[in-house]
Amino acid sequence: MIEHLPALVIAIPLFGAFITPLFRKRYNLAALWAILISGLTLVLVLLLEYQVLTKGMMIYVFGADKPTLVLPSGYRVPIRIMFQVDGIGAFMAISAGLMSFVGAVYSYSHLQKETGLEKYYTLLLLLTAGILGMVLTGDLFNLFVFLEIASIAGSALVGFRNYRGEASEAGIKYLIVSSVASLMVLFAVGILYGQYGHLNLAYLSKQITFNPLDMIALGLLFTSFAMKCGSVPMHYWVPDAYTEVPSGINPPLLVSTYASLYALFRVSFTLFGKITIDMATVGWIMSILGVLTMFIGVTMALVQKDVKRLMSYHAISQTGYMLLGVGVGLTVFHDKQALIEFGRTAMAGGVFHIINHIIYKSLLLLTAGALFYVTGTRNLNEMGGLARKMPITTISFMVGAAAISGIPPFNGFASKFLIYEAVYKLNPLLAIFAMVTSILTLASFVKVFASAFLGPPLEKYEKVREVPKPMIVAMVILAALCVLFGLFPDFVLDKIVYPAVDALINFIQYQSWGGLA
Amino acid sequence: MTTTIIKTTTRLLAPLILVFGLYIILHGHLTPGGGFQGGAVVASGLALLIVAHEHKKVKELFERAPLSQLESIGALGFLGTGLLGLAGYTFFKNVIANSGFLFGGKTPIGINPGYLNTGGTLAYMNIFVGMKVLAGLTSIILIFFLILKEGEK
Repeated sequence: MIEHLPALVIAIPLFGAFITPLFRKRYNLAALWAILISGLTLVLVLLLEYQVLTKGMMIYVFGADKPTLVLPSGYRVPIRIMFQVDGIGAFMAISAGLMSFVGAVYSYSHLQKETGLEKYYTLLLLLTAGILGMVLTGDLFNLFVFLEIASIAGSALVGFRNYRGEASEAGIKYLIVSSVASLMVLFAVGILYGQYGHLNLAYLSKQITFNPLDMIALGLLFTSFAMKCGSVPMHYWVPDAYTEVPSGINPPLLVSTYASLYALFRVSFTLFGKITIDMATVGWIMSILGVLTMFIGVTMALVQKDVKRLMSYHAISQTGYMLLGVGVGLTVFHDKQALIEFGRTAMAGGVFHIINHIIYKSLLLLTAGALFYVTGTRNLNEMGGLARKMPITTISFMVGAAAISGIPPFNGFASKFLIYEAVYKLNPLLAIFAMVTSILTLASFVKVFASAFLGPPLEKYEKVREVPKPMIVAMVILAALCVLFGLFPDFVLDKIVYPAVDALINFIQYQSWGGLA
Repeated sequence: MTTTIIKTTTRLLAPLILVFGLYIILHGHLTPGGGFQGGAVVASGLALLIVAHEHKKVKELFERAPLSQLESIGALGFLGTGLLGLAGYTFFKNVIANSGFLFGGKTPIGINPGYLNTGGTLAYMNIFVGMKVLAGLTSIILIFFLILKEGEK
């Protein structure tokens, strides 16, 4: 059964998603079902990661006689859809599994006053299936299909509180941005298919010649995935979407944003991996976009009063670190010396930052959701003195804020330090910008902490109590991960981050389907 | 707003459209079209029936139609057909083809008019997809219809 893991990882959330509407009005059962299914998915993705680490890349060919039958008898080209799971795919799959589980647990009590929850949990599981499909697939058209699944489920969830005008607006905005991005992806896939007649990523990457049409395809893919991952100047949808979405969906929605980032890396490193000269330029573009993203994001965050909106701008800013780290790696991708010297470290920083950021930003957004749950407002000026009433939320927030500002010994420090160190060797200016951003981040989180948690207790929040247990469990899991990842960064780096980076660097291995052909 | 013309035309056309949609679904593995296209045709027939009738009657008729369940069953059936392949092969492997089961007849080699009893899991998948699409599209139309009518009042 173990060889069927890549298929089961998709099949089980889909199966769970379509069972959920059958619960109809029994919302508690639907919530428990979603927790069960997402927990099972988490176990499966952990198993998948274990398999990939011990046995190497996993190939799953759909509809073939054997999962590993890449080239059917008599053909010299792959004709079936296949899943190709390597280090980075499994790495992203872990993030998706973990975050959808945390999101489902948190939603159990966060949303008790809402209606239509069976649809909510259906969409949550569909979003998970979409993300997992995006990060595991080895087929370009299949990537587009899963991108669409994740986008549509995501935009429906962003507009879930449809009695609020802002939520509907944010949902429509997310839908439009996603459909523009996925149409551009489809166009690029069409260009490549028209020229080479294939959709298999590994096979296409062997054939690619980088003629003008391919350049157009690269430009389209790069732009649309950068748009979906919220890089400046296409970041305008992020604050709206993250602010209006119910807090329980924030963790999976974050992962779905970074699934697009993964697709960006996959396209630049694998699909166009063998193009030697021009990818350095693309790497520079990626690094500079990264610096712009982190700086503009953080300056916009400083002036916000809405707690979730502030955190959403920080999410944009932190995406910049990932783009910068991996962009530096891409710049020196074909320069073996520099790659070994600092490129690999920079990429490890960028990739490690993905999972770190997903963990601490989810934690922060969940604490913001807890504040909203007890106070009914997201405006920082109306909050105050909540630290005594909600000790666990306060501690979770402090852990998250320290992690995002890169204070040791939390996980943000581990990945940011790698990025500073490695980026400095390429260009000191980039590293200075990264550090300044980090300081500004700390400044704005001090502001949130002071205005929401400190100060004299307000009269209107006299009866406020700590949030219900499921929400606390979700926050504590993430806070514990923040501390653990920060205390033992070497373990995480060696076990999951460096395999992911090496999977990106070693595209020859990907092209040959892990040595199968 | 319905008129006698619309009602009469619907009475004549709707059965034809519904049957044609079912034909497209069932012959998905032989002729152009398939589950999605056939399901859309069936849904358009149902849409015609919805808009040609009074608000009260539509609400009465469709109130207890298990559209949401039908949609879930369509998707689950599709997944289930895919999972059949896990018995010895891979996900989505066509295990029913040439097995002698319903739709599992032996496919003759060479030019032929097309035999309905072939195709294996393809035929089942078309049926399930058709079920899902017709339920989904019909419920979208129904929601629009009911909301619009309620807005008029």
